Amino acid sequence: MNQRLITDLEHLLTRENVLSRPEDLLLYEYDGSVEVARPNCIVFPRDASDVVHIVEIASRHDVPIVGRGAGTGLSGGALARNGGIIVSFARMNRVLEIDIENQRAVVQPGVVNADLSAAVAHAGLHFAPDPSSQKACTIGGNVSENAGGPHTLAYGVTTNHVLGLQLVLPDGQLIRIGGKPLDAPGYDLCGLFVGSEGTLALVAEITVRLTRSPEAVKTLLAIYDRVDGATESVVEITARGITPAACEMLDGWTLRAVEAWVHAGFPLDSAAVLLIEVDGLREAAEEHAAQITEVCKLHGAREVRVARDAKERDLLWKGRKNAFGAVGRLSPTYYVQDGVIPRTKLPQTLREIERIGKENGFEIGNIFHAGDGNLHPIILFDARDEKQFHRAVSTADAIIRFCIEMGGAITGEHGVGMEKDRLMPLLFSEADLALMRAVRDAFNPAGRLNPGKIFPTGKGCGEVRIRPMPLSGTATHSTRSGSIPS
Amino acid sequence: MNAPATIPLSRIADIVGAPNVITDSQALAAYSVDGLAPQIAARPASAQEVSELVKFAAAGKLAVIPTGARTKLGIGMPPSRYDLAIDMTRLDRVTSYDPGDLTLSVEPGLPLARLAKVLAEHHQFLPLAVPFHESATVGGTLSGGVDSPLRQFYGTARDFVLGMEFVSGDGALTKSGGRVVKNVSGYDLHKLFLGSIGSLGVITRINFKTFPLPRTTATFTASFPDAISAREFNSLVQQSALRCQSVEIFSPKAADILNATETDGWSVAVCMAGNDALIARAHRDLEIIARNAAPNSLRGFALLDAAAANSLSLAISEFPVTATTAGAVVAKLSCLPDSIASLCEETAAIAEKHSIASAHIFHGIGVGYCAFLAPGNTAAQYRGCFQELLALAAAKNVFASIPYCPLELKRQLNIWGPPREDFVLHQSVKRAFDPHNIFAPGRFVGGL
Repeated sequence: MNQRLITDLEHLLTRENVLSRPEDLLLYEYDGSVEVARPNCIVFPRDASDVVHIVEIASRHDVPIVGRGAGTGLSGGALARNGGIIVSFARMNRVLEIDIENQRAVVQPGVVNADLSAAVAHAGLHFAPDPSSQKACTIGGNVSENAGGPHTLAYGVTTNHVLGLQLVLPDGQLIRIGGKPLDAPGYDLCGLFVGSEGTLALVAEITVRLTRSPEAVKTLLAIYDRVDGATESVVEITARGITPAACEMLDGWTLRAVEAWVHAGFPLDSAAVLLIEVDGLREAAEEHAAQITEVCKLHGAREVRVARDAKERDLLWKGRKNAFGAVGRLSPTYYVQDGVIPRTKLPQTLREIERIGKENGFEIGNIFHAGDGNLHPIILFDARDEKQFHRAVSTADAIIRFCIEMGGAITGEHGVGMEKDRLMPLLFSEADLALMRAVRDAFNPAGRLNPGKIFPTGKGCGEVRIRPMPLSGTATHSTRSGSIPS
Repeated sequence: MNAPATIPLSRIADIVGAPNVITDSQALAAYSVDGLAPQIAARPASAQEVSELVKFAAAGKLAVIPTGARTKLGIGMPPSRYDLAIDMTRLDRVTSYDPGDLTLSVEPGLPLARLAKVLAEHHQFLPLAVPFHESATVGGTLSGGVDSPLRQFYGTARDFVLGMEFVSGDGALTKSGGRVVKNVSGYDLHKLFLGSIGSLGVITRINFKTFPLPRTTATFTASFPDAISAREFNSLVQQSALRCQSVEIFSPKAADILNATETDGWSVAVCMAGNDALIARAHRDLEIIARNAAPNSLRGFALLDAAAANSLSLAISEFPVTATTAGAVVAKLSCLPDSIASLCEETAAIAEKHSIASAHIFHGIGVGYCAFLAPGNTAAQYRGCFQELLALAAAKNVFASIPYCPLELKRQLNIWGPPREDFVLHQSVKRAFDPHNIFAPGRFVGGL
């Protein structure tokens, strides 16, 4: 069965575009999350027509199909949970069209996020979603997960910037939705497909809006001796009606880990820092920077530094965007969570996270998008200790449950994937999930597209993390250190 | 599929209470959609009652149309069936509002004008400068898919609706999204309701992100001899560092409808928000850009006083209403920004060929409204004109529809234009939400 599938795929794509050796499969059994699942094979389509034929072959052999970009996802979205074919878009990485005048670009799904921004920088434009993995992650992956990033506070997440898609449905139909102009008559299909985590269709082409880069940018670093001072500042900045371009927080534990590696200039003795950016016209950026400085000092910031030039600014951002790499130096395995809360609930939520950590014997670092209440607590654990791993997962669950109690959500930008499917019932009723399933079944009736994602499967977390067939060693539970969350 | 001749009234009265059941034919006429009145109208007071009504309708295969202030029921094709109007105006509460979080939950029957007052107390607002602003409800505005000049800066409802609760075709009370500003938990089903004119279900609650109300705004107008110069000005403004609240391009005939007496020729109105220094800077920049766009032919550039700015912005958002009231048929057109001028010229030429006057107004981002006024005002005259218009749109990658269209004309053409290649996906969405085909059957794109 498997061999016949591989032969069919090789016949379609040539052998160099199909991987099926055990050592190849190993490389594709993980992403940036703590999940692991082994595919039967990996294929590299070169164009939309290849994708259509792959889908047809999968249908003939009745095997699952899972789209994959760079594999930087943090919820297991690009893993073949039930085996099957991983469709890697790595070789469909061409920018097909750049329309400067109309601020549009048409790209293949494998185009790397930062590459698109680089390709239009000469015209003063960029692609607004900026996950921390933007130097690696692909726009196709961004579309599937509805990726965010620090600057989405002011500019919106991926769905706000996608205008059209070319879809490949599981029955092999190739259909365009949306388009370069706005407001196609009919239902907002792009709004549905962006963020559907590869469960409704594969995407062969993406039309995006490009955003004008700001004339002025001011980056501030506010330094606190009390965590509460930082969270209270965020609450007041929001309440005053200032929307910074970005508003990130690092707690003392995290900033010390970062500083040891990146040397971004974060003071080692502080309890928390806020990295805040305002942009726009010079006149607006200056006014907002002054107001934010005032708010931070009012809430006990011992110092507010303003980056003097692009170099200083880049260094501060380097500290933020490489934070998870820094954490990786301290522990081989860590679990990054992705909860959301109303912004006014930041102070008590951070206190509760600390309490939950202590109760479970973990030190939890916090680095997150404070401006939109999107938390990323980091739990360090030893993957070799099975009990500790399970405790790390239950600790993360406790944090998410608290987020929901606060009126929040289970994921702000990483997706549900196979990480949080079991948590969906905490947020959604049986009726809510039934309608979502009905929508999935309308597009993906045989369930071949990315099975085992988003919807609760009824399996416990320990169960799904067991490797189906260990390749080497004695590992049964597989866990991985995260890559680079946004 | 035929609806039963009579609907058991007592069951509906059990759900909403007898005083909230309308059966009088005169009163029912007010719920008419394209000349078709329902057999009954019910005025529920809670999401639970809506759910019960829809379950009842689903069991009896009754065709349902949810209504608000009933200002935009004319948008869409005539319904193929219509038995029960669900009047949502008693669900008119702000259910939660946290100014500190800039988040808000409301029921759909809440009038926009009343909501604006609640938000203004906290110096906040929703960027929905839409037609019928004095009477329209929140739910009707979102369902009707009307847009706002403020989308230049704030986007459309799809960018600031965080979640919804709604009743789908089997009567289940369902939700998607949430009440936080960033959320990727589950499918964004609520986005499908925007502009769906009641064809997927009945919205019972909407969660919004709110915005700080700008303290100071300033509106500038620049007038040009032709559409090309106005387009060039728009293009330069869009490429500048300025972050405009709105940019509106309008033809001389549209200026008459807007009563924009301060303009002369093809004009562009630009609204800016910010501190005094920023406004002063915008004033300088915009004037230079205007002169560059029309080096020797700029007809005028002005900063409007507050009263003139207010009345112009109001007139712009009410343009389709004013034009329709004057007897015009109004089409919505979407193109790429660099084709605005040519699309205006081509559509004006089509109109002229059919001896019809036309007036154009476009958001700078490429979405516009074109009012057509035939002196004889005959459906036959319009039909030829719109058939050509829809054919032009299909040939040129322009999206076109005729949201403000009289019934006699709807009988002769499809206001949504020909179905596109993605129509099968729209059918799938409709079936998933409304398996019994009870919601506004026949009104939406492709007869959904």
